[in-house]
Amino acid sequence: MIELESVAMSYGGGELLSDMTLRLLPGSFHFLTGPSGAGKTTFLKLCYGELMPSAGRLTLFGQDLRDMSRDDIAALRSRIGVVHQDCQFLDHLPLIENVALPLTVAGQAANTTELRELLGWVGLWSQRGALPPQLSGGERQRAALARAVIRAPEVILADEPTGNIDWEMSLRLLKLLVELNRMGKTIVIATHDLNLIRTTKAQVAARVLRIQNRRLHLAGADL
Amino acid sequence: MSGGGRIRRLLGGLSRPQGAARVVPPSGSTAHLTVLTAGAMAFLAVFALALSLASGRLADRWSEALARTATVRISAPEAQLEAQTRAVLAILDTTPGIETARALDAAEMRGALEPWFGPDLPIETLPLPQLVEIIESPERPFDAEGLRLRLAAEVPGAVLDDHTRWRRPLVEAAGRIRLLGLMALGLIGAAMAGLITLAAQAALAANGQVIRVLRLVGARDTFIARAFVRRFTSRGFVGALVGTACGMGAVAALPAADAAGGFLTGLGFAGLHWLWPLAIPPLAAIVAYIATRQAALRMLKGIR
Repeated sequence: MIELESVAMSYGGGELLSDMTLRLLPGSFHFLTGPSGAGKTTFLKLCYGELMPSAGRLTLFGQDLRDMSRDDIAALRSRIGVVHQDCQFLDHLPLIENVALPLTVAGQAANTTELRELLGWVGLWSQRGALPPQLSGGERQRAALARAVIRAPEVILADEPTGNIDWEMSLRLLKLLVELNRMGKTIVIATHDLNLIRTTKAQVAARVLRIQNRRLHLAGADL
Repeated sequence: MSGGGRIRRLLGGLSRPQGAARVVPPSGSTAHLTVLTAGAMAFLAVFALALSLASGRLADRWSEALARTATVRISAPEAQLEAQTRAVLAILDTTPGIETARALDAAEMRGALEPWFGPDLPIETLPLPQLVEIIESPERPFDAEGLRLRLAAEVPGAVLDDHTRWRRPLVEAAGRIRLLGLMALGLIGAAMAGLITLAAQAALAANGQVIRVLRLVGARDTFIARAFVRRFTSRGFVGALVGTACGMGAVAALPAADAAGGFLTGLGFAGLHWLWPLAIPPLAAIVAYIATRQAALRMLKGIR
């Protein structure tokens, strides 16, 4: 699905990530850890085509990222759902329209029943008419997750999804991600929350990757 | 509902975002700037159009009025004047292409000189030449050069003035004014495109978060551009509609054309020419569409 071969990423002359090799297989569950500024967000941005590697080969669903046009990358976003820590919305549109936005931009009509089910699944149906600034941090994260999965992507990339929410809400969000993984989705979560990783490993077979000294390592089982 | 309320509701409906345009936040200073720019430019465009059409009409009028008339001026001693006039009329009578020819009487001569010398001119005491007015046949023009030679041979005191030397510079001047009006229209269109491009760029820059979110959820460049283009096109159209209406009202309020007022009082629209300004709002919308689309696509190329 997503394959990195000796991928490196440079910013302003300095190398942030180097010699990264990884294959993300369908249905796998990965955590990505590392100290702040290690390059976790950059790694995820590479995985959904927002950034182009400065060296190496990055293949997304069998297609080399370098060969992909801007429209190809836009189309790719229907197969990769992204959740950011500072999940951004269109603040002037109600929650339900924000969640359905991936369908709107694809020119597809939203099925009201399915939308209701989706918002019910993340526990936000009663908030459907609220504007994003009116939502709490946990509600925004769940809304971002609902938006990320509305087009049934094969891969979900989450960047510090529990960074701004309490432990109880983190577990609730984690439960949703584990459910998605059990449906066959590939999940990658960038986090430095070890408790979250331990809790997840008790439920699914998750691999833990660590970015250290610009390189990607498979973390030990002592987590 | 009052007329003003109906217009406000109609214009509100025209500028209300629909479909893709809904993803762009509804307000902002660029919205007002675009409407104002389009309105001001449309107002000016109405005047440029009026100038152009009026000078066109004037050129046609001068051309037509002077083209079919000519004058023969007979300068001779008083004793010979009548005989020479008869000889000239006889020549004109047999010249192909001349519909009518007649000698102006004293009252007509006084009328022609009145604007310069006043009503009490003692015309009888002045050594004025006799004037013969010629009306050209609409079917075929007369041979001015041939007639001039014949008059010189048979009536040496008679000189033909076919108005060419008056007509040509006047028609040329009117043509230049028409050209200037058209150039002004072109400049107004270019200035409007430039200002709307700047407003669109400002709107795109101010909506960076909107663009990032749209990119994240898989929007293509054309979708994002369309969202902004629709917004700016409708604003351009509404602004131009209001500006055109105001411009047409202002032109209608100008003094009516009359012969004594000359060119200035003729600055306006006549008959079907009133339909021409109605093309300004759609044209403004097209300019806004092209300017915004190009600005949006250029800017989006830099964002993955």
